[in-house]
This record gives sequence, C-alpha cells and structure tokens, in this order.
Amino acid sequence: MKESTGQRRKERLDRGIKVRSEGLYALMSWRELSYLFFPRLVLIGGILILPLVVPSMYWQRVISIVCIYALLALSFDFLAHYVGLVSLGGAFFIGTGGYLAAILNTSFGLPPLLTIPIATLLGAFICTLLLFPCLPLRGVYFAIVTLMYPLLLARVIEALDILGGTDGILGIESFANRWVEQYFIILIVLFFLFGTRRLVNQDIGLVFRAVKDNDQSVRASGISITYYKTIAVFISSAIGCLAGAYLVHLYMWAGLSTFALDFSILPIAATVIGGAGTLVGPVLGAFILVPISELLRAFGTLRIVFYALILLAFIIFRSEGIMVYGQRKYHQFEKWIKV
Amino acid sequence: MQILIYGTINSVALALFALGFALVYGVSRLPNFAHGALYVLGGFITWTFVNSLGLNYLVSIILALVANGIIGALIYQFVLIRIRGMEISEIIASYAMGLAILEGLRWGGFKGMTYMLPAFIEGSTEIAGVPVDYQRLLVVGIGAAVVTILWLFTHYTRVGLALRGVAQDERAAMMLGIDSDRMALAAMGFGSMLAAMAAIVLLPLGSIVVEAGYNVLILAIAVCIVGGLGSWMGAVLAAFIIGFAQILTVVYLGAHYQMVVALSAIIITLILRPSGLFGRQKELEERV
Repeated sequence: MKESTGQRRKERLDRGIKVRSEGLYALMSWRELSYLFFPRLVLIGGILILPLVVPSMYWQRVISIVCIYALLALSFDFLAHYVGLVSLGGAFFIGTGGYLAAILNTSFGLPPLLTIPIATLLGAFICTLLLFPCLPLRGVYFAIVTLMYPLLLARVIEALDILGGTDGILGIESFANRWVEQYFIILIVLFFLFGTRRLVNQDIGLVFRAVKDNDQSVRASGISITYYKTIAVFISSAIGCLAGAYLVHLYMWAGLSTFALDFSILPIAATVIGGAGTLVGPVLGAFILVPISELLRAFGTLRIVFYALILLAFIIFRSEGIMVYGQRKYHQFEKWIKV
Repeated sequence: MQILIYGTINSVALALFALGFALVYGVSRLPNFAHGALYVLGGFITWTFVNSLGLNYLVSIILALVANGIIGALIYQFVLIRIRGMEISEIIASYAMGLAILEGLRWGGFKGMTYMLPAFIEGSTEIAGVPVDYQRLLVVGIGAAVVTILWLFTHYTRVGLALRGVAQDERAAMMLGIDSDRMALAAMGFGSMLAAMAAIVLLPLGSIVVEAGYNVLILAIAVCIVGGLGSWMGAVLAAFIIGFAQILTVVYLGAHYQMVVALSAIIITLILRPSGLFGRQKELEERV
C-alpha cells in the first residue's frame, strides 16, 4: 500500500458521525443511534433469519456446524488476541466437552438440557486443570503444547480402548426438533459474541490485555498473571466445550474424530479471514469458510487444498481480515494526498 | 538385544525426521510445520522419477533431493519470508502449506499401498541372533553419515559457519555481513533436502502414504522439543531417548502406545523444562 504508490499516501480521517456517536450525545439523534445499531442489527437479524431462508435440511445442518466453528473461533480469538495465549487446541475443548456430554447422556441418562451445561462447566474445569501447568509458556511453546493435547487424548483413548475405543460412543439423544437444534446454538453464539465483547471492555478485560502486552509489568503491579490467565482459559475452554457438547448431540455420536485437527485449524482460518482481535470477525469468518468448504465437497480432498490456499493468501496478503477492513471503511474517509 | 538393535534403528530414523526441522528452526526460528509434507513429497518425487520417467535409481534420488530442496526454498522465498517473526502466522502458514501439499497429493491419486520405493540392497542378515534386513542397517549407516556430514558442514564450510552464526545471534551475524534472509532460505532448502533424504532412506521399509506426513511432523516436533528447539546435537540425543522409549513401550505395552510416547514427551518436556534437555535458550523467552 505504501511503497507502490510513490509520491502519494492514503490519508484516513474518522467520519464525523463516528466521533459524535461515541459519547452520550448519540442518544439524542436517530441518525447517530442508527449508525451505532445498524451493523449490530444486521448481524443479529441476519443470523436469526438464516435457518428460515436456507433451501434444505442439509443446509440447516451446515448452519449448526458453522455455529460450532464460530464458537471455537470466538474462543480462539478471545484467548489469542486479548490474553495472548495462542491455543491451537480447539479439538481438545471439543473432544472433552463432547465425550463428557456423551457419557452423561448414555451412562447417566440425563437429557441434553442438563448434559450440555454440565459438560460445559466440567469440561472447562478439566481443560483448565490440564492446561494449568502450561500457562507460563509463551508463544510458540504454548501453541505446540495445546496442539498436542487433543492428539494425545485421541491416542490414549485408542490405546486403552476406553470410552468406546475407535468406535466411539453411540446412541446419544438428539434434540427435540430441528428448530430447537438450530436456534439453541444460534442464540448461544450471539450470547457469547456479545458477552465476550462486553467482557473485554470491563476492568478484567483491561488486565487481560495488559497480560498480553506486557506480563512483567502486570506482575510488577502486584497482580497475579496466572490467576487471570486461568480465568481466561476457563472462559475460552467453556465456550469450546459447549460447542463440543452440542456437536455430539447433533451427530448423536462421540468418537475420536472430535479430536481431529479440523477443529483446531478451521477456527484459526476463520479468525485470520474474519479479522483477528475483533471477536465479530471470527464468527463472520466461520460463516464464510464453512459453507465454502461444503460447496467444495464435490471436489473431494481438493477442498482442503483450496481452503489451505485461501488461508495462505489471506495470511500473507490481507492479514488484517475482512472485519478490520470493513470497520475502517465504515468509520473513516480515505483519500489520496500528495506527500 | 532385539530392543537394542531395533531401538537404535528407530532412533536413527527419528533423528533423520528431526534434523531438517531442527536445522530450519535453529537458523531462522521458523517452526516449519510443512516438514512432514516435504518428507512425503520427497518420497513421491523419487517414486515419480523412478517409475514414470524410468530413470536410474541413484540419479532419481539425487534429482529428488535437489528438487525437494528447491521446493523448500521456493516455499520460503514466496510464502514464509513475508511473515517472518510473527510466530503464529508462521505456524499457520507453514501448516496450511503442508496441508495443501499433502491433500493435493492425495487428490492427485497418490493413496493406498501401491506406492513403494525399492530397497537399496535386498536381503537380510543376523546380528547376535536377531534378523535385520540390509535396508535397516543402511538406515543407521546413512543416518550416522548425515549427522557427520552436517556437523562437518556447519563447522568447516563458509555457508555452514554462516548458518551457525545466524542461529546463534542474528543481529551480530548481520553486522558481519551475513544476509540472514539468504541464510534462512538456505536453511529451508537444506531442511527440505534432509526431509527428502529421510524419506528416501526410510520409505523402502514400507509404502508411501500421505498420512505419514502428519506422523513425521509430530515425531520431528517431539524430538526437537525434547532435545531443545534450536539445538542440533540435542535433537540427535533426544532421538535416541524417544527412539528407545518407543521401542520399549512397543515391546512391553503394545504398538498403540508408540505415538502416545512421542506426544507425552512433548507435553511433559514443555511443562517441566521448555528449553528441552540440551537447549540453551534464554529462560525468559519461553516462559513467564
């Protein structure tokens, strides 16, 4: 953007309406109010209406899967860009939550309404406990350790032949009907999307970001970084485990494939494409990537090649992502000026 | 005795997997998650040269080494160079690259058990009453040769010394006129050559399968982490530790546990001592 244009550079100015609508003043004019609410309402309305407008049952199922990936992407984005812990362990959360829900449902006979919350909390507790020793690790080390956990758990289940071994756990109860199935997960996604957005703007979010930017200075202020990292991991793994618990009830089956690398890699791709650090971006990214991957299903494994290449292209040429780009266009004027 | 012999062979195989990964990480701090894919790719390139073009086996091995080296260098030059220093982008981009190569090969019809490389020497012998085929002995020989050559290369040639210089202190090396990008390019090229080397030596023991790419990547990471990321001799020693541990568990517990050993080695090492057994990294860089 810079060097190719020679003597010109792009000047960016905030739109007046953005500045005006930041303060309390926004409440006094419909124009400013709608400037604030329009994008949010489009998003909420769009997601809520989606199950009604898609053509077939098949695509309704795709929406549920999109939501699962959206939750994972959200949990990844929250942990990576607000707390600085890059976790490649989406599959770890999915697998733990999934297997817990499956056990609770088949062995204890609890209905989905109970298994999902219990699996979420218990799963988040287990994940946090297992990740707790790794919390001091930084950057690439934490990434590798979280990438290895799901692979290890899958191999352990395979080797010990517990929890149904390679066949998995069958006969899990499904949801009452497909509308419950759809809107349950959609509302969950919206709840966590706006919940985490609110969370990171609270005081605790400030500490989270401080831990990400400079953990030593947080420590010097007498704040325990391990405590805050633990909380963040708990929140993030709760979101992931919830997605996993929902997944096994959706498929009525829990197996080793819940630990598959797909659940670790696709959410990250969604985050990169949607815009890292925006929380909305990853959700949008999932809504773009997963349907594309479904459309390409006819090409067999070539679709994995396609999405790997899309991911590569985005990470190299457009690493800011769609959402950051969109926000810039929405909030700012751009014009070329002579230097 | 059996444990000793097969443990050694397994350890040398692991060292061969890991050396390329260790070289690239040591020089450019680039976790090359496409390593497993480059390994499989090397095998398939050799297979193509031998079976489709009908070249001499030795000629096609050399050509495949060169081709794989060039592919690795191209990946660095056109993809990874743009995201140097952003660790997570590096992991994601190189993993995506590996995924594209592996799944592309699978789509191209390279699957199943039909792709085999011929052994260099057929037949087998007995050492202390344990039957060992010549190819496995050759693995040990070539592994030792590769380690020796790599050691000589990094200690007595200009390029090798430059590689070590960048690995030890990138800024100081740059001040001495070493182009660190060019060295990283060379490291990536040599790294993928080593991956192809490992493939050519080890693949005659079985058939070429795409899934091997993922396992090789995990094993390479395990060896490098236990040995200490960036420490080349540590990687060789760690290969022996993990190699023997794997063979022991296979003998006493069952074949399923082979990967469990590697994976738990990664996790335990990272929790207890992230710089690995022989790493000399600055402690603060990897943990708080």
